[in-house]
Amino acid sequence: MKILILGAGRVGESVAESLVSEKNDITVVDNDPARLRALQDRLDLRGVVGNGIQPSVLKEAGAEDTDLLIACAPLDETNLVACKVAKQRFNVPTAIARVRSPEFVDGAELMQRDGFAVDHLLCPEQTVTAYIRKLIEHPEALQVLEFAHGLVSLIAVRAVAGGPLVQHALAEIPALVPGADMRIVAIYRQDTVLPVLDGATRIEPGDEVFVLAATEHIGTVLGALRHRAEPVKRVMIAGGGKVGLRLARQIEAQYQLKLIEPHAARCEYLSTQLAAGTLVLNGDATDEDLLGDENVQDMDLFIGLTGDDEDNIMSCLLAKRLGARRVLAVINRRAYADLVQGTTIDIAISPSHTVIGELLAYVRRGDVEAVHSLRRGAAEALEAIVRGDRKTCKFAGRRIDEVPLPKGAQVGAIVRGLHRADGSEAGDEAKPQVIIAHHDTVVMPNDHVIIFVPRKRMVREVEKLFQVSATFMF
Amino acid sequence: MGALAVLALVGRMVVLFALLLLVPLAFAVARHDAGERAFITATIVTAVAGLLMSAATRRFRRELQPRDGFVLVGMTWLVLPAFGALPLVLAVPGLSVTNAYFEAMSAFTATGATALSGLDGLPLSVNVWRCFMQWVGGLGIIVLAVAILPLLGVGGSQLFKAEFSGPLKDQKLTPRIADTARVLWGTYFGLSLACFLAYRAGGMGWTDAFLHMCSTVSLGGFSRYDASFGHFQSPLLEMIAVVFMMLAGISLLSYFAVWRARSAGPLLRNPEVMAFYAAIGGAIVLIAGYLLWHGAYSEPMQAVRHTVFHVVSVATTTGYASTDYAAWPLFAPLLMILLGCFATCAGSTGGGIKMIRMLLLLKQARRELVRIVHPNVVNPVTLGTTAVSDRVMQAVIAYMMIYGASLVGLTMLLLFSGLDVVTAFTAVIACVNNIGPGLGDVGPAVNYGGLTDFQTWVCTFAMLLGRLELLSVLVLFTPQFWRR
Repeated sequence: MKILILGAGRVGESVAESLVSEKNDITVVDNDPARLRALQDRLDLRGVVGNGIQPSVLKEAGAEDTDLLIACAPLDETNLVACKVAKQRFNVPTAIARVRSPEFVDGAELMQRDGFAVDHLLCPEQTVTAYIRKLIEHPEALQVLEFAHGLVSLIAVRAVAGGPLVQHALAEIPALVPGADMRIVAIYRQDTVLPVLDGATRIEPGDEVFVLAATEHIGTVLGALRHRAEPVKRVMIAGGGKVGLRLARQIEAQYQLKLIEPHAARCEYLSTQLAAGTLVLNGDATDEDLLGDENVQDMDLFIGLTGDDEDNIMSCLLAKRLGARRVLAVINRRAYADLVQGTTIDIAISPSHTVIGELLAYVRRGDVEAVHSLRRGAAEALEAIVRGDRKTCKFAGRRIDEVPLPKGAQVGAIVRGLHRADGSEAGDEAKPQVIIAHHDTVVMPNDHVIIFVPRKRMVREVEKLFQVSATFMF
Repeated sequence: MGALAVLALVGRMVVLFALLLLVPLAFAVARHDAGERAFITATIVTAVAGLLMSAATRRFRRELQPRDGFVLVGMTWLVLPAFGALPLVLAVPGLSVTNAYFEAMSAFTATGATALSGLDGLPLSVNVWRCFMQWVGGLGIIVLAVAILPLLGVGGSQLFKAEFSGPLKDQKLTPRIADTARVLWGTYFGLSLACFLAYRAGGMGWTDAFLHMCSTVSLGGFSRYDASFGHFQSPLLEMIAVVFMMLAGISLLSYFAVWRARSAGPLLRNPEVMAFYAAIGGAIVLIAGYLLWHGAYSEPMQAVRHTVFHVVSVATTTGYASTDYAAWPLFAPLLMILLGCFATCAGSTGGGIKMIRMLLLLKQARRELVRIVHPNVVNPVTLGTTAVSDRVMQAVIAYMMIYGASLVGLTMLLLFSGLDVVTAFTAVIACVNNIGPGLGDVGPAVNYGGLTDFQTWVCTFAMLLGRLELLSVLVLFTPQFWRR
């Protein structure tokens, strides 16, 4: 696939990084030759220096035969105009724009063909906010990802001794946790995935367990793997940037919220945007006196959300030391994130990473509905729609154990009923049904299948299984 | 010469005022009542005086400077009541100049305090003039002038601000101030028409409906009967009055916002409006309960009816009475009068501090309290999603200080002149907040006619001070203002 990326900033770089290894031809356009050179040295891609909204620059970058444009320059206006130019002048089939302003909405009139002609809007701030929000709702989880319009969730959780399922074999799950159907799709022990999962595999304390279950059962699943934590009531956010503000707006009604921001002018703005009950504090989140004065020891959750990795790490370490129950840091640099995840800092979130999934859904072959990149890109969970029938597709009409899945890849759940018989979206009349997969579950055409792929290189094989082939004969 | 330029404009205002005199004149001529001669004379005198003033100062006409605006507003509000008092002096035998000027000022500031007794026996045209002056003064004659006359030019917005109520005068709904003024008067006119028809449908005669419409939507409170609204003894009419007083108690511009948004959203999201409803609703429940508990009424429905009518009437600074509420246990009427000090919204025709200032002060108080616990907190006073600048907050706090000082000062003056405490205090509050009736010797069952000339002048000044929101008047008394 030929991909044109506009802007070699933080998002552009990580997008390039995650797509470059998938046999894509990538061209990156940026104003800054030094940054492009650095990127070119590190990754196998082409850099074009220039302003990405100029047709001549786009042409030089090969816009004419590009399959996908991802505009992630720092300014919304650049990205929107670039999409318009690429679509109208060069007929690029798919254009994705990163926008920061929440006022631009996907599918709105402004984004349609005769508007800015954007197929999909990418808003990393929005994605990260949603991600963190899930973790506030489910404080025991490491990660909660949604599939099939939110019907099914993939939950990552660290098993703790004392949970009903811990130190038991997988075969005992239905007996131990009746009522909530779930499927464990992967277990990571000491950061390596267990190669085989069968009925005899035992869950040990400290394991990182990935479970697929209906979204309504998240609570039960978490309770099965560790004792339930007290629900979160008090939250402190360090950093009132775009994500901080979005998050605060969304959660201020349900939680007691304190927001720390070092810039006085920004504080003023934040306090006008937030309800009167939310405290906006002007100060440095790494100032232990401030944290102490504001009772960080009583916080159920401390979130480091400043733009600076070091500040986030240090303030989280400090908050934890002072007694915050759980701390969560947003860390942009991958090396840092790997370094601190699971240490004193309970959860490290890398924002650029969370948006990759949305892009991958466009890059993947087959009818892929959603992709979530996991464990910093090492693993992937994807939701694909089964098309064709028994003759043309390797999934349709077969039991799951008949499908030639690569070793380690697991079908976790199936959602049936989101489409009509002819394959069109059922919309409001859909009566979706979540089926947690077992080895003898039969996959039907138009099912959404959710698959966990523990190693990225297996993704291509899995993709192929979903492709409808005219020549495929059994 | 600034003063002459201002005088030129005051002359024009007087001419405009002469046109307004045509309304009672028409009634007088149609009825051939006792006021006919008086109104003919007054109209001619006013028109001639106005024309002379503007003709004599023709050479000095120029664009107004901001500080001229205050002089113009102050002059207008001093001079026009004098011309308004002229037909009263001529038509009502035995009326002193002091009481006539008081009556005109009370009408013009939409206060509703009267120094006249035997209203039922006055010529109809006199009553029309009293009520019609309230209708014009309620929204403001300068706003009217800005709306219909191009004479005020760029300085118009300055004038507008001096007369229009509320602390946030820079928020414009339309780009041009004249359009805003037109919107205001258009809304006001629509509201008046609705009120007029509602009164007529509710059982009043055409004339009564017109007169009471004038004093209802302006939140003035004049009536042509000594018994005020008690004359009708009709719960239906009282409820109509309650509805229109409540409608007029919030900013007329908010109706424009509602019309523009085609939904009630702007109204429901407006914290000031919500606080206005909450304050009045709360007071009604409290007072009705109190009256029943105290046994002032044995019948619950009676208590509710009188409470609703009087709480709304006094809290919106109208001042209608249908029964002598001064006879209620003191807590109830005092609470109503205190509510009248601040309940109405900025941009309405009501008087007093205005709810928005009260809200800002409460928020400021809350802000200081939070600050004690959290020294690092940043919590500016906000309205909706905008921070209120410290400049505005200072102005509000200064306003409150001057307001408090004025109340105390004027009360002391009245006490000095020999009034009792309740009368003096409530008279000042009722005048500064443009409510009308106070308690004691100036209660709803009596009137201001019993005061000495000195006391009447103090009350007259209090009404003017309150209507122009203190600062516009007091700035004229500062030496800096007159220094070149």
